Amino acid sequence: MEKYVAVESVSQVFNTARGPFTALDNINLAIRKGEFVSLIGHSGCGKSTLLNLIAGLASPSTGVLICDQREIAGPGPDRAMVFQNHSLLPWFTCFQNVYLAVERVYGANESRAQLRERTAAALELVDLAHASGKYPREISGGMKQRVGIARALAIEPKVLLMDEPFGALDALTRAHLQDALLRIVKRTQSTVVMVTHDVDEAVLLSDRIVMLTNGPAATIGDILRISLPARRDRVALAADPRYLQYRAAVMAFLHQRYSNPEQGGRLALVGAEQTKSEQDCANVA
Amino acid sequence: MNTATRTATINPMTAGTLAAQLGRLGYPLIGLISVVIIWEAIAGKIPGIPTPYDTLLAAIVLFEDPFYRNGPNDVGIGWNVLASLWRVGVGFGLAALVGIPAGFVIGRYAPVRKMAAPVISLLRPVSPLAWLPLGLLLFKAAEPAAIWAIFICSIWPMIINTADGVARVPSDYLNIARVLNLSERKVLTSILVPSVLPYVLTGVRLSIGTAWLVIVAAEMLTGGTGIGFWLWDEWNNLNVQHIIIAIVIIGLVGMLLDAALLALARRFAFAEE
Repeated sequence: MEKYVAVESVSQVFNTARGPFTALDNINLAIRKGEFVSLIGHSGCGKSTLLNLIAGLASPSTGVLICDQREIAGPGPDRAMVFQNHSLLPWFTCFQNVYLAVERVYGANESRAQLRERTAAALELVDLAHASGKYPREISGGMKQRVGIARALAIEPKVLLMDEPFGALDALTRAHLQDALLRIVKRTQSTVVMVTHDVDEAVLLSDRIVMLTNGPAATIGDILRISLPARRDRVALAADPRYLQYRAAVMAFLHQRYSNPEQGGRLALVGAEQTKSEQDCANVA
Repeated sequence: MNTATRTATINPMTAGTLAAQLGRLGYPLIGLISVVIIWEAIAGKIPGIPTPYDTLLAAIVLFEDPFYRNGPNDVGIGWNVLASLWRVGVGFGLAALVGIPAGFVIGRYAPVRKMAAPVISLLRPVSPLAWLPLGLLLFKAAEPAAIWAIFICSIWPMIINTADGVARVPSDYLNIARVLNLSERKVLTSILVPSVLPYVLTGVRLSIGTAWLVIVAAEMLTGGTGIGFWLWDEWNNLNVQHIIIAIVIIGLVGMLLDAALLALARRFAFAEE
């Protein structure tokens, strides 16, 4: 299998006031070009920490991360990020927000007209051509998130990183955006790594679901390969036995093998120490 | 029928706006009238204090010709106010030129922030008038010394607010800059400046307020022209009516300056969603 993005023996240790805290322990993961991978696990640090490492926003304590045969040494536009809270600049219009990214990546080699064309095309891709002159405060949460996706896709990244991109949206808007994302990813053949805690979202969108064990020292518990031919039809999918089977598998992992640490489960064994570590972890994040 | 309903709906509405206008203008008016009544009562008890009516008459005479010139130490009230405003403008402008960029650097670079912190903490509580003798020594003249005092008092709020604004730029915005790998210049123009602008304008508002407080005191010491000098001069002439008029003028000008800057701040504040 061709490794486009590779995470090799990566551990992440944070120095907290109470001493070192191991967030990730010995993570190994290889992602193919054009693959859609979801990272799922209970709330804590593991998922987002791993995504930030791929983004280059943090460096691993040990191990190495590789993207397209080069070591990831810092953040860069080849790994565009869609943030949970959209992170649009409020003093820029939707167009200007996307243009900022486009100008950064293509500004040196292309004319202003070409840059504007790319920006318009990206907004078109997320069906927001009509809102390009609007400011973030003037549009809905779902639209803002779509602008965030447009900004990430406009620069044609090698990998699209998404940190719970639809977590803050209502269920209907989320479904609508998931469908849009499926369509866009199919058209652009993007490689995507998405952090989520929504089982349905993970099964619906992913080629593989990477399930992380509970922290501290979270590691990959299991990887589920998804093979669903007709993803577009959400209604038909809801009754598809394979869909239900995948869903059950992820649920079993999350709720039986590694149940929510905040609701008992392993917590009962480890006691208060784990909750403390969870808090540390949240503080670090 | 149609017209009848219309009048029926309009009437309560006009009544509503009338009541609203009374609420908006009526209460402040009652407040001001109360002050005049108290003043009248005090003037009746203490012989040295002029009555509001006498003061009003003196003000009318004074404002009949606000821009006369009878030699360097006797100019109209208009000239005096303009002289004070000019000093505030120059001192404040220079402070903005130095203070705002300094605030950006202090807010952006942690080592500079740590170096500047004790200096600012030490110098900020010092009354600007304490700097006046140094100004006189440095510039050997009253006019630049007064401007110097304004410069000193205006610069702290601008440095502090700008630096604070830079330090408070939401990390989400800076993460965009990091993920896109934006150049430092682009970070400044696209993220820092728009994000910090509301803080800078708050600093400007505070500075102007302090500057206007300080100029009156500074002019009492340096003499020559200006509303502060005029006030002190009228004290020497024992013209208490003019002193009260000066107080009202100083208050009015300060209020207008603040209102103007508030309008400016509203114009540039982006609405957070």
